[in-house]
Amino acid sequence: MNSEKNEREPLFSFKNRKLLLNPLNKDNPITIQVLGICSALAVTAKLEPAFVMALSVIAVLAISNVIISLLRNGIPPRIRIIVQLVVIASLVILVDQFLKAFVFDVSKQLSVFVGLIITNCIIMGRLEAFAMGNKPWPAFLDGMGNAFGYGWILIVVAFFRELLGSGTIWGYPVFDKLGLYDVGYKNNGFMILPPMALIIVGIIIWIQRARNKDLIEEK
Amino acid sequence: MKALRNFLDKIKPQFEKGAKFGIFGSSFEAFESFLFVSNKVTSKGSHIRDSIDMKRTMSVVVIALIPALLFGMWNVGYQHFLSLGEHADFWATFWFGFLKVFPIIVVCYVVGLGIEFAFAQVRGHEVNEGFLVTGMIIPLILPPEIPLWMVAVATAFAVIIGKEVFGGTGMNILNPALTARTFLFFAYPSNMSGDKVWIAEKADAFSGATPLGDALVGNIDKIPSPLEMFIGNIPGSIGETSVIAILIGAFILLYTGAGSWRIMFSVVLGGLVMGWIFNLCAINEYMQIPAWEHLIMGGFAFGAVFMATDPVTASQTTKGKIIYGFLIGLLAVLIRVINPAYPEGMMLAILFMNVFAPLIDHYVIEANIKKRLKRAKKLIKI
Repeated sequence: MNSEKNEREPLFSFKNRKLLLNPLNKDNPITIQVLGICSALAVTAKLEPAFVMALSVIAVLAISNVIISLLRNGIPPRIRIIVQLVVIASLVILVDQFLKAFVFDVSKQLSVFVGLIITNCIIMGRLEAFAMGNKPWPAFLDGMGNAFGYGWILIVVAFFRELLGSGTIWGYPVFDKLGLYDVGYKNNGFMILPPMALIIVGIIIWIQRARNKDLIEEK
Repeated sequence: MKALRNFLDKIKPQFEKGAKFGIFGSSFEAFESFLFVSNKVTSKGSHIRDSIDMKRTMSVVVIALIPALLFGMWNVGYQHFLSLGEHADFWATFWFGFLKVFPIIVVCYVVGLGIEFAFAQVRGHEVNEGFLVTGMIIPLILPPEIPLWMVAVATAFAVIIGKEVFGGTGMNILNPALTARTFLFFAYPSNMSGDKVWIAEKADAFSGATPLGDALVGNIDKIPSPLEMFIGNIPGSIGETSVIAILIGAFILLYTGAGSWRIMFSVVLGGLVMGWIFNLCAINEYMQIPAWEHLIMGGFAFGAVFMATDPVTASQTTKGKIIYGFLIGLLAVLIRVINPAYPEGMMLAILFMNVFAPLIDHYVIEANIKKRLKRAKKLIKI
């Protein structure tokens, strides 16, 4: 044990906690950085695919962040994007095969959007901006944080879209059991269409900015 | 009148900033200026204040809508008794329609104004007058059989998402009334289209299709005669059917200057041109109907007079207004004839051009600047 090792920072230092927690709220990839919007609109009509999509992105982003961080000193700068893409693409193929093997129905619902995780701006953005310049552990936390930040927005949007659009939560017919249809209630077909996802994301951004005064731009 | 004025003056100090009911200041202001002409005086600079403020202008539009509203009420009753095969006298007919339409209006105003007042209180600005017109237009562009809770949801959506998120009246990109209708159209299609919804409590055997619905499925011979469509005793949205009532409204708007004649004229022109193009290259019966018949079908007239001319969402420049209106007419007829999913194109055409209006204005202004710059350069050379 040399003295250098004794001085290393604890696993969950203040800085590391911030890496994990900031993307959940103040630095959210979807609502603040406005990245990864395309999949947020496409897969959030139902709760189940949104949840699976969130898990997939968490897996891909956390692992690829660690791998790139480990390789960061060996990657020639001129071809770094290609190396990053190779890592992401291999992980996405793994995830895709895994989904096809174990949850085939959901995999079918998600269709091309699993493959399109490769082009998710959040993943490339984190690799470029963070993993290329940091050690594996912070890179892992950063990946987890951003993927969770992406995931919870997806799940909130999907919750409202499924509840109001199809009257169910995770396939369970809530409104039917409550007897709302008998009194003339009807499902809102607009909720199932992608534009409504955009409006719900907009409302989340509105609430977030109203609560966090430091997010409001100066006039 | 005098007593009311005195009463308002007496309670006014309590609503000023920092006073007991200061938080309700904007509500007080709204009621005061609704009841009396504003007596505000500009204290700095030399501004001219006209007593015709936005509330008065909006009142003119509401007055212009009344013929269409009254005819709509009568027609709701008329269609109902016609479908049952019964005959009722004028007042019974009107009363039936009134009972159908009035609740929709009340729901619209209560929900819409409630949200407007709440936003005004929280944000500390004056209550916007725009909703006086929006709340009257929304019932007129809905089918009579629409459930009231749907009206409430759509109105709330239109006011919050269509208007308040952009900063309230004057800042909105899309026409709020059409936002409400579009919301309903996509959210509850079975209550907004087809041939079941246009006649209140209709008998099952009676076909309730609108002329546009008939035309789209190829029943050209079923379209009512032009005279019927002009008078308006046909199924359709509450206020859109009668071209006569709408023309009276148009006359009021044009006479008082509340609506732009350029927009109305160019919408009609656009519709005629597109109808004429279809006539030239007609491949089905719908394309063959005379171009002018498009003007009296469906919501074309209503949209051209009351919604395309919305001063907030239309183009502001003179040239821009003509381009904007022309494209609305063009698109409305194009969508209605070509796209089988949307029997009525007016709604989408106006919303589409609402989005483009700022762009049109931008290029009109740029062109003007260029022209004047050229002239100035010429003068310098000499």
